[in-house]
Amino acid sequence: MNTEAEDSWLYVISSKRKLINFNFEEIWRYRDLLILFVKRDIVTVYKQTILGPLWYIIQPLFTSVIFTLIFNKLGQIQTNGIDPFLFNLAGVTAWNYFKECLTGTSNTFTSNQNIFGKVYFPRIILPLSITISNLLKFGIQLLIFFGFWLYYYSQGMNLSINSGYILLFPIYVIMMGMLGLGLGMIISSMTTKYRDLTILVGFAVQLLMFLSAVPYPVSEAKAKFSKNIALFVEFNPLTQIIEGFRFMLLNTGSFTWFGFFYTLAVCIILFLVGLLIFNRTEKTFIDTV
Amino acid sequence: MTQPKTILVAENISKQYRLGVVGTGTISHDLNRWWNRIQGKQDPYLKVGDTNDRSTKANSNYVWALEDINFEVKQGEVLGIIGKNGAGKSTLLKLLSRVTSPTTGEIKTRGRIASLLEVGTGFHPELTGRENIYLNGAILGMTKAEIKVKEDEIVEFSGCERYIDTPVKRYSSGMRVRLAFAVAAHLEPDILVIDEVLAVGDAEFQKKAIGKMQDISNSEGRTVLFVSHNMAAVKSLCTRALVLEHGKIVFEGSQNDAVNFYLSTEKHKHQINLASRTDRKGNQKMKVSNVSFFNKKGDEVYEVISGDYLKIRVSLEKHKPVNYKKLFIGINFIDPNMNFSLSYVNDEMGFSFADLEQKDTFELEIPNLYLRARDYSLRLLITENDTNAHNFIDLIENAASLNILAGDIWGSGKLNRTGSIAILPGSFNIPD
Repeated sequence: MNTEAEDSWLYVISSKRKLINFNFEEIWRYRDLLILFVKRDIVTVYKQTILGPLWYIIQPLFTSVIFTLIFNKLGQIQTNGIDPFLFNLAGVTAWNYFKECLTGTSNTFTSNQNIFGKVYFPRIILPLSITISNLLKFGIQLLIFFGFWLYYYSQGMNLSINSGYILLFPIYVIMMGMLGLGLGMIISSMTTKYRDLTILVGFAVQLLMFLSAVPYPVSEAKAKFSKNIALFVEFNPLTQIIEGFRFMLLNTGSFTWFGFFYTLAVCIILFLVGLLIFNRTEKTFIDTV
Repeated sequence: MTQPKTILVAENISKQYRLGVVGTGTISHDLNRWWNRIQGKQDPYLKVGDTNDRSTKANSNYVWALEDINFEVKQGEVLGIIGKNGAGKSTLLKLLSRVTSPTTGEIKTRGRIASLLEVGTGFHPELTGRENIYLNGAILGMTKAEIKVKEDEIVEFSGCERYIDTPVKRYSSGMRVRLAFAVAAHLEPDILVIDEVLAVGDAEFQKKAIGKMQDISNSEGRTVLFVSHNMAAVKSLCTRALVLEHGKIVFEGSQNDAVNFYLSTEKHKHQINLASRTDRKGNQKMKVSNVSFFNKKGDEVYEVISGDYLKIRVSLEKHKPVNYKKLFIGINFIDPNMNFSLSYVNDEMGFSFADLEQKDTFELEIPNLYLRARDYSLRLLITENDTNAHNFIDLIENAASLNILAGDIWGSGKLNRTGSIAILPGSFNIPD
């Protein structure tokens, strides 16, 4: 006779959907997979390239140079006394982390359908691994930024790190990751059925950058944009984060605790919504992808 | 011994799929579904849906790939799942391995399930063989420590030592498969799900793979769910089997009964109406109108396992009188390369068809069909007086096709190879 209680089942594969259904224990058991995915992402990206990991550095440097040429030399955007190149490099470095997380995770389902269609592991492992490997990339780019920071400092430029607020730096990095991951998970879940979003993401990210105060300070936006656009730019959580980065690293721009908590709340909400949608999609996406 | 406990239960599981191109119309269906849900009604699209028969025209946009599947698996059992292409086997395995979830019903399990749906999933071409062992192992659910313990064993089993630190993209496809199977075979889940992995690699590796499968299921006492078209493998590996047809379980029982049931119901769609065929030679005083195969129990079959009993029944249409005492009838088995592999002719067997005058069917019984696995076609020849072409009554090529499946004629636990033609009794020995 079956004397064992119903709850002795290890798990139940069911058609019923619970709103929140996370198995953290299971994710923890797959931590080795997470590490291996991170390693794979880092090791394989630039295999069989001559410059290898140097590409991590070249990309933000060139972007900053171009921004400086166009926005600051041609466009006369003021950067509050900071060298425009360094100003742009700070923005681009921070923005890149968000962008890589978003674009990397936004096609989780479609680009991994081969693996997902054959083996089960907690699907969240993949977007998480992308966020973590991008964190390492971000770390490398940040080192380069500090290299330039020190160079300009030694050249006698008036630079300082905002020592009071620099403690918030890790929180800003986490917020950035959560935002990229959250949005990425929402998009990847929707693209399993509607591919339109993949096309949208490609250029929307580009456009979003210009509305997130990456190549200009918020003060310039307030001064030159019409009121509505200026409000949008200011309350775009990405603007808050980018401006926050520059505030901490270059001691320029503005910081308000209201802005900080507002951004934190938006990031957490988007992350949770993304997690929820991702969790619902992962069960049956293979039928529609 | 205590009664083995139930490790997995499937209750009323069904899976519905949408036919055709997913795209236009999905938004409207989704909105309709959502509207019904917030009103507290049932999903309107769950009521519709055809049974899963690949060959008939669809009446609805939805199809039930699986319908009301119920079964239980006990600890240590090796359950075979057999059925035609499209019967729902792979869908069932996908549900069991949590790749997708059922439309209705639930599967409960007491153990971790790992699947070998297709080997080599998640291999990264730029990583070396060794790195891929770790990555693939982790994808299949092993921890790094578990893989480390087994690393040497895996490398050795794969037979790729020389290339193990070379990127996998430089591997031949066979080597890739060997490595992948080696990783998968060293998994240690509570329940292992296997789909057709035996069809990979060269003959030597296949033997190794089947041996490993037997180890896993016999000596290690692991619970295994095994899906295969290889009837001999099902017979030798499994302890119980399910037969799926059109998404439903049509038979559940011992592996031998299940294989017999499957072979007797498996209707070949390309079966031709012999009587109406005109591509014949001879004077047509008599015509072969039907050829059918039977197993020892008398059930009609379309496939037979090498070494098993086979009865061939031939029906005739008689048009003009012939001299039955002087009738020669020959049945030839022709392999795909058009070689005559096996011939039965009545005169050399000392049999006279004199009694066929009153009947219009005759039978050929083969107690042990020792032909190796292959698709054979049957050629039938009926002549009068002698076997000269001008005396042919009826000659029909490809009168029927018979699929012979690999068996284990020597009883060694290993499947017979498919090369060469036949297996005749014999034994090795070392003289004193």
